Amino acid sequence: MNSLVKDHTLALLAKGTREDSRKTDEYRDISIEYGISPKSAEGSARVKIGDTEVVAGVKVEMGRPFPDKPDQGSIMVNCELLPMSNPKFESGPPSIGSIELSRVTDRVLRESGVLDFKKLCIEKGEKVWNLLIDIYPINADGNLFDAAYLCALAALKDMKFPKVVDEKIQYGTPSKQGANLVKDRLPLSCTVWKIGDHLVIDPTYTEEQCAEGRLTVGILPNKALCALQKGQEKALTSDEIDQMVDLAIKKSLELRKVFEK
Amino acid sequence: MSYTKRTDGRKFDELRPMEAKVGVVKNAKGSAMFKIGKTIAIAAVYGPRDLYPAHLQDPTRAIIRCNYNMMAFSGSGDRVRPGPSRRSKEISMITEKSLTPMVDLKAFPGGVVDVFVELVQTDAGTRCAGITAAALALADAGIPMLDMVSAVAVGRIGDKVVLDVDKEEEDYPDGMADIPLAIANRTGKITLLQADGEFTKEDLKKGIELGKKGCAKILEVQLKALKEKYEGAKK
Repeated sequence: MNSLVKDHTLALLAKGTREDSRKTDEYRDISIEYGISPKSAEGSARVKIGDTEVVAGVKVEMGRPFPDKPDQGSIMVNCELLPMSNPKFESGPPSIGSIELSRVTDRVLRESGVLDFKKLCIEKGEKVWNLLIDIYPINADGNLFDAAYLCALAALKDMKFPKVVDEKIQYGTPSKQGANLVKDRLPLSCTVWKIGDHLVIDPTYTEEQCAEGRLTVGILPNKALCALQKGQEKALTSDEIDQMVDLAIKKSLELRKVFEK
Repeated sequence: MSYTKRTDGRKFDELRPMEAKVGVVKNAKGSAMFKIGKTIAIAAVYGPRDLYPAHLQDPTRAIIRCNYNMMAFSGSGDRVRPGPSRRSKEISMITEKSLTPMVDLKAFPGGVVDVFVELVQTDAGTRCAGITAAALALADAGIPMLDMVSAVAVGRIGDKVVLDVDKEEEDYPDGMADIPLAIANRTGKITLLQADGEFTKEDLKKGIELGKKGCAKILEVQLKALKEKYEGAKK
């Protein structure tokens, strides 16, 4: 990280502002577009947060359930950090950054109970639906954690199961059956970053490079939490965690408004 | 819903029985075994040594590189498929992040400290047992540290916040929240915080306090193990 840029970023934050004049706890404009791959994916969406743009799609498959959960379907979340989206991303096997992004997104969805896995069961012990969610950044200008999660959730909201004839999936012919998101379990994910001594929401890529710590918080409609992931190297005090969780809960209300619009 | 009695009869703020020993891998610069309940972790430290390929080097300090692995036979159910998985890669990464801020790496620019963590037997709390063993192995290797790190998972089951969740509690039929923590004991700073399952902000606060108390007890076991190594030595 260029130390001049870092000094500048920190100096701006000390004045309570940022390179794009936002407040420290202010999101950039968020937009959600549904059905960006309507002919092939069962559900898809595009999310833009400022210049960060992410797309996600859901494909469904029929498979055998896991032996320890014979009456439950499953989800799989995968995220690939495309080299086209940021000069720092390189092609090759999944980087630890993409693995963490996938697993944190998966954790918030899975642990919230927003999906009823038992409803994904077709025949106990034999056949279940598996939902495969793939996320790709198109332009990564910071805050991929919130963008990727929101995009995965939007793709699930958009999805319709395909028709099934003679036990064969008729891809491309959607039924009326959606993913059945459980409304009062609908989680949102908000990441709070620690840059210098400041708590920052929705950093740009430049700001992200100056950060030393982050905390991603999954938040349910009743303000209970369903997932946490502390990232980066900074050790945090209990008070700092308290403040970060409070801020995440507050900002999740805004995200919820955007998502439910 | 009330959780009145823990599945294995422990008190809500009671850790499983612990054992620790350092110097269990003779070839390594430092090593340790940490056992908590039925979970057994072994950690070995090599380095600081030169890091290659050179582009991975940090010219200002050494880096810590962890590898967490569950042995194929270590799971309570099916055989664990050998080799790295997304889960093991994430745990390796968060292990690095839990330890790095408490290790003084500035004296070894361009170097690497390799930390290998193997799980021999697992009964939940493996990442925490791994971190506890790894911190002990770093101390055993004589690598300068700012603070000793201990780790434990706290959980929310029913209306209770409990210390050191085991596998039976992790699979509690009515659902639970699992919150792994790593604490730098001297400052009380938190270097690992993850969670899954539903819990409130108050549960989290309680959990962190409980985790700190648990880690203070784990620290005693860690320090005892470090001292025991030199008990037989001549004065």
